[in-house]
Amino acid sequence: MGDKISIKNLNFYYGKNQALYDISMKIPEREVMAFVGPSGCGKSTFLRVFNRMNDTIPYARVEGEVKIDGKNIYKTKTDVVALRRKVGMVFQKSNPFPKSIFENVAYGIRINKMHSGKKDLADRVEKALRDAALWDEVSDRLNTSAFGLSGGQQQRLCIARALAVQPEVILMDEPASALDPIATQKIEELVVELKKKYTIVIVTHNMQQAARISDKTAFFMLGKLIEVNPTEKMFTNPDDELTEDYITGRFG
Amino acid sequence: MMDRNTHSRRKLVSGAMTLITAACAIAAIIVLVLILTYIAAKGLTTINYEFLTDTPKPVGEGGGIGNAIMGSALMTLLATAIGLPIGIGAGVYLAEFGENIFGNTVRFLADTLIGVPSIIVGIFIYTLIVLPMGRQSGLAGALSLAIIMIPIVARTTEEMIRLVPQSMREGALALGAPQWRVTWNIVMPAAASGIATGAMLSIARISGETAPLLFTALNSRFYNYFFDQPMASLTVQIYNYATGPFEIEHQMAWAATLILVGLILVINVLVRFLTKKKY
Ligand SMILES: Nc1ncnc2c1ncn2[C@@H]1O[C@H](COP(=O)(O)OP(=O)(O)OP(=O)(O)O)[C@@H](O)[C@H]1O
Ligand SMILES: [Mg+2]
Repeated sequence: MGDKISIKNLNFYYGKNQALYDISMKIPEREVMAFVGPSGCGKSTFLRVFNRMNDTIPYARVEGEVKIDGKNIYKTKTDVVALRRKVGMVFQKSNPFPKSIFENVAYGIRINKMHSGKKDLADRVEKALRDAALWDEVSDRLNTSAFGLSGGQQQRLCIARALAVQPEVILMDEPASALDPIATQKIEELVVELKKKYTIVIVTHNMQQAARISDKTAFFMLGKLIEVNPTEKMFTNPDDELTEDYITGRFG
Repeated sequence: MMDRNTHSRRKLVSGAMTLITAACAIAAIIVLVLILTYIAAKGLTTINYEFLTDTPKPVGEGGGIGNAIMGSALMTLLATAIGLPIGIGAGVYLAEFGENIFGNTVRFLADTLIGVPSIIVGIFIYTLIVLPMGRQSGLAGALSLAIIMIPIVARTTEEMIRLVPQSMREGALALGAPQWRVTWNIVMPAAASGIATGAMLSIARISGETAPLLFTALNSRFYNYFFDQPMASLTVQIYNYATGPFEIEHQMAWAATLILVGLILVINVLVRFLTKKKY
């Protein structure tokens, strides 16, 4: 299978502080890539490189090359809005809009004019909520505020919101951090299901989760990519000693 | 023994502090209540239908403040129609795009303008509008009120928009929303109740202004619906009645004051109502 994203010699700076060091790697199409590593190692920063979300931080700076479908997304003429439409994101901290549950999911569909009429819109919202394993809990209160949901429900709402616009790549920053085991399992099943159509990059602190759902795993430390390999190899016979120490819980 | 002593002392100090702060709170309320009851006592008896609808008449023949209420309403309305969009627009710009020299300059000027005594705004409009037009007018009055309003609305709008978390903007951007849509249908609604509060407070503020209207709108003895003519206002009418020589005029000044305070109170209650969050 081809590579959806390829990164070459990427350096990233928050002002004077360098957060990512000379990263090169490829992310294959229709696979699940897991990012693991200790807190503060730059996983979120790296993830936000792919949809240029770091553009919102005025003092942030990117060097190097990031190609999606063969096109360098950091070229000046890149249409950032179209890029983000194609590369969806579920954030580390859930961030619902101050709108109803329905409107939260409908927002992306509306702005991208994906629906043909009211019925179609409602169907798309329902499908997204079902995929995110939230429908049964909210179907009878779609018009109430999204802030009335529990933390875990809000997280699933944000997943539904991202799914509703049917991106090609989905970036998930710890999408299951506030979920109970049952919801977590549903999200994991969803991820496995989604990779039939989408390319998925998922950040997780849960090693078992990475082992269960990802095809490849990348291990980061202090802004450096230590190792990237097929998940099975990573968890049985990693190339790097640091990886082994981290995965087996000897540090971090 | 020792323990019990410190314990009772702490209790004593704590009790005393509670008493002192409570006394301060009561003092603050008492002043307000005194002012309100005094105005009510002085003004209530004069208020009747005729007073609320009639135009001013020579002393001893009755008369009322109908045209002044109408004039105030018209000028406040026009000032709001001009000042609110400009103020909110400027505030949105400052919050979302104003991190540059131009933004900082605008911010500084707005803060300066907020601190300028309103009479100076009146003089400014007098030179700019009244002199070239050759007469005072409702338009000139409304414009000076708008100038007072704009910087207040702009700065409160900016503050309210800044309170909207960055993560919410990112959530919308990540769905492929262009910047203007993020501002328009995520940030603005999230800040709406705060912006509305700022708007209402600025309306309450301008409806109590007298000084800038003295030069610009002057006054009128008639119902006047044309903005190119001098226009009456509650505040200027109060000023005229209060500075008149006759006791009956003073009574009417109290009554008009009561009406004005009542209107401002209504606006404030409306603010309370608006700030109740929907989502
Ligand atoms: N907006 C920012 N401004 C400046 N420095 C930042 C910013 N965001 C992150 N950093 C720094 O960059 C480094 C990487 O942060 P990042 O959030 O990418 O880590 P992470 O791997 O996602 O951690 P976690 O697992 O805790 O989410 C950290 O040292 C962090 O302090
Ligand atoms: Mg993170």
